[in-house]
Amino acid sequence: MEYEVVIGMEMHVELNTTSKMFCACPARFFGAEPNTQTCPTCLGMPGALPTLNRRAIEDTVLLGMALNCQINTHTFWERKSYWYPDLPKGYQITQYEYPMCHDGAIDLDVRDLSNGWNDVSYAKRVRIRRAHLEEDTGKLTHAGDVSLVDYNRSGVPLVEIVTEPDIFSAHEAYAYLSAIQDIVRYLGIGTADMEKGALRCEPNLSLRPRGSSAFGTKVEIKNLNSLRAVRDSIAFEIERQTALLNAGGRVRQVTLGWDDARGVTVEQRSKEDAHDYRYFPEPDLPPLDIDAAWLGEIRSRLIELPLDKARRYQSALGLSAYDAAVLTSDPAIAAWFERAAGPSPTPARVKAAANWISTDLFRLMKGGVALADVKVQPEQLGELIDLVDAKTVNISTARSVFEEMFASGQSAGAIVAAKGLGQINDVATLSTVVDGVLAASPSQVAQYRAGQEKLFGYFVGQAMKATQGKGNAQVLNTLLRRALGAASQT
Amino acid sequence: MLPDLSTLTVHAAREGLRSRAFSAVALTQAFLDRITALNPTLNAYLTVDADGALAMATAADARIVAGEDGPLLGVPIALKDVLVTRGVRTTAGSKILADYVPVWDATVVARLRAAGAVFLGKTNTDEFAMGSSTENSAFGVTRNPWAHDRVPGGSSGGSGAAVAAGLCCAALGTDTGGSVRLPAAFCGVTGLKNSYGRVSRYGLIAFGSSLDSIGILARDARDAASINAVIAGHDPQDATSLDAPVPDYTAALTGPDLRGLRIGVPREYFIEGIQPEVEAAVRAAIDGLVALGATCHEVSLPNTSLGLPVYYLIAPAEASANLARFDGVKYGLRIEGDGLESMMRETRGAGFGPEVKRRIMLGTYALSAGYHDAYYTRAQRARTLIKRDFDHAFEHVDVIASPVAPGTAFRIGEHVDDPLQMYLEDVFTINMNLAGICGVSVPCGLDSNRLPIGLQLMAPAFGEAIALRVADAYQRVTAHHLQRP
Ligand SMILES: [Zn+2]
Repeated sequence: MEYEVVIGMEMHVELNTTSKMFCACPARFFGAEPNTQTCPTCLGMPGALPTLNRRAIEDTVLLGMALNCQINTHTFWERKSYWYPDLPKGYQITQYEYPMCHDGAIDLDVRDLSNGWNDVSYAKRVRIRRAHLEEDTGKLTHAGDVSLVDYNRSGVPLVEIVTEPDIFSAHEAYAYLSAIQDIVRYLGIGTADMEKGALRCEPNLSLRPRGSSAFGTKVEIKNLNSLRAVRDSIAFEIERQTALLNAGGRVRQVTLGWDDARGVTVEQRSKEDAHDYRYFPEPDLPPLDIDAAWLGEIRSRLIELPLDKARRYQSALGLSAYDAAVLTSDPAIAAWFERAAGPSPTPARVKAAANWISTDLFRLMKGGVALADVKVQPEQLGELIDLVDAKTVNISTARSVFEEMFASGQSAGAIVAAKGLGQINDVATLSTVVDGVLAASPSQVAQYRAGQEKLFGYFVGQAMKATQGKGNAQVLNTLLRRALGAASQT
Repeated sequence: MLPDLSTLTVHAAREGLRSRAFSAVALTQAFLDRITALNPTLNAYLTVDADGALAMATAADARIVAGEDGPLLGVPIALKDVLVTRGVRTTAGSKILADYVPVWDATVVARLRAAGAVFLGKTNTDEFAMGSSTENSAFGVTRNPWAHDRVPGGSSGGSGAAVAAGLCCAALGTDTGGSVRLPAAFCGVTGLKNSYGRVSRYGLIAFGSSLDSIGILARDARDAASINAVIAGHDPQDATSLDAPVPDYTAALTGPDLRGLRIGVPREYFIEGIQPEVEAAVRAAIDGLVALGATCHEVSLPNTSLGLPVYYLIAPAEASANLARFDGVKYGLRIEGDGLESMMRETRGAGFGPEVKRRIMLGTYALSAGYHDAYYTRAQRARTLIKRDFDHAFEHVDVIASPVAPGTAFRIGEHVDDPLQMYLEDVFTINMNLAGICGVSVPCGLDSNRLPIGLQLMAPAFGEAIALRVADAYQRVTAHHLQRP
């Protein structure tokens, strides 16, 4: 039988606010010595109380707006009680009954990346059930027969995003996750780095006979540390469950862990322990009211989102889907590109800017340079493109000029002037060069005239050499053909 | 020359310090000597910090010599042991925190420290402030200075006894359901219960977070006003503290003239089962206020009887979460077990006393799936009704007068096997916590056993000034508050 998969996604996004959600400790804890970024509040010491980080609320609402959610402007905090050593208070401050954001949707362009970029892509909408703010826990590590807890992460603001079961393939799951990742980075509210745990996701999936509307038995996958792991684990589960069902087996409701090295899912525990979280309103925090002025302030931070940008680059600027995707993958790159292309650019200029960035700039940045540290400014690339257009330099000279710009931050014009790299377009000068080349190579001239036309390249090479690569190739071509042809007539 | 410590008010202490009749160090040493003599019998203090107190006194003397003045500079006071104190053991009356030394000061402690007060030590309390007698303290009961076989009331019984016995000039207590007012009544001292949000709870080891308030046990309303001026006011560390100016409490004490003041007498607070001498003393006190020019009006608080059941759902529900942090992982007692979960279980099993366990179970049950709506949610709705009763009553009267408790101090052990009887001691006090309003407990006479009786004066939320004014007026024309054991 043919089955279709139904996937719902629960994910957690760490916000990169300066301080934690309920105390003044730094929220950026990665790499810090364990338990050095803590205080009575995030350690749950007796008598400590939470205070609200307004920025975390704003970032959550902003993300909700980007996900086209309804915003609950009157909501409150709740305590979720459970026991775990990494949860210092024995309860997590979260939202339950009234999430800050709800009933939204995100649009995706889904591509099957396994077969390259030219495969079919299609538009897709995933509904967002809710997105709310809560505090992160500490981190428990088991080392032999001891367990160690690091509370640096305790209290870091975390947005939980839950989708409706609208995802129907591993590729859609991948597209959804990378879209969320792009949005979080665009809004500048988090790194969304899965490898570092700044974005965590737990897909739940079930299979059903194609065409059926009932849901099958749900499994949940945990321990996913990359986008690829999400895609691969889902693909693996679809295959495993299809085989199981076709063999007459039954899927059990379990939580699975992804073993990345072996590329398989492993059962972690059958059925979730019947948790009773005993939610009740957090008495230490007043209800949260977001008034119209505050909401407007937050809305003003909403910028053009990556998908909209990519679609605009294709429709208005005429870029290919691939170029648009590459340039919009990072908001800084997109901004850099737009500055390099300049205001109302021609299609040729757009294409040139895109090419320079995706080939030369990215190649030079491969040494581990961040865009923020790149010395060359986008407007300087624009100037270089102008110089090529005006035939002041040829393309191969431009490449080395750009390397020079990248290394020093000097302008293209300054480098060209200082090194005398300007292209020689003057016909009289180049005629002299051509005459010299022919005079110096009498035997080659004879062979060419005897019919060995492939020697033409030799003459071009000699002429370029004589001009140190600065000769206008088109002019030289014309002059050479004329000179060689003219001689044969005599 | 040193004054009589057993009657020394904060104001008198300040007068003596200001005039250099005695130094803060001498005064502190005298209190420490008295504590050494009396505390073994009374068990009012769990921790006496002699070295710390003398160091603070020395610093205060230096400030006094430098010409500094202030309402509490050099004045020895005591702190209930649920307020965290930097470097000084803070037990909350529990074995689970028997050796716990906080690394920081509660906001009230920091404010008193900055004002130059001298901390003598930490006073006994029912475990996590859960109780009405201090019999639930893991470190033994505090004895009532008026009758050593009787309880001092609770949970701030150590503070009440310390003030009554002259072991400090005044003390801080906390009040979740009557825990300042009941010991004030039982020990014959003045107790101020602040409105919810008036004083920062930051550093108060939580029992019922929506009910907890910090209060004062003192010799008279005037002292309570001076201390409250130091501790009250907004604290950014407590999101539930009111961000509004604090009235001048001392200036509010305008004298014995109460003309124009309307006193409400709630019929639901004069019920069957109330000790006749208590009712008589309270009615006489109300007459005394009328004699000062106030008018008396019967009011009704029709949902009064909901208070006890509502309180014993909401407070334990909040406590069940508040006390979850005591799991042996980060601080306090740890009993190693077979793995993490067993360690937590063993630690909590050994660390908490029976009343705390009872309330954790009660609260956990009230919040459990399937019972949540029937208990917790309904209790919250009933709480609104109780609050509304007070709102309506305060549309017609300025203060409401009642007894603090149905009887006077009971015998140690009398209610130990009957938690419900014990809970009834709070029947006149807990509704104020549910409503978040404030009030004062004032001594208004002795019963035939020579045990103090307390008059409760309730005022609207953030109406501390008027409650203190009425209490002060009463104390200007009566001597009940001057009686000593
Ligand atoms: Zn912290």
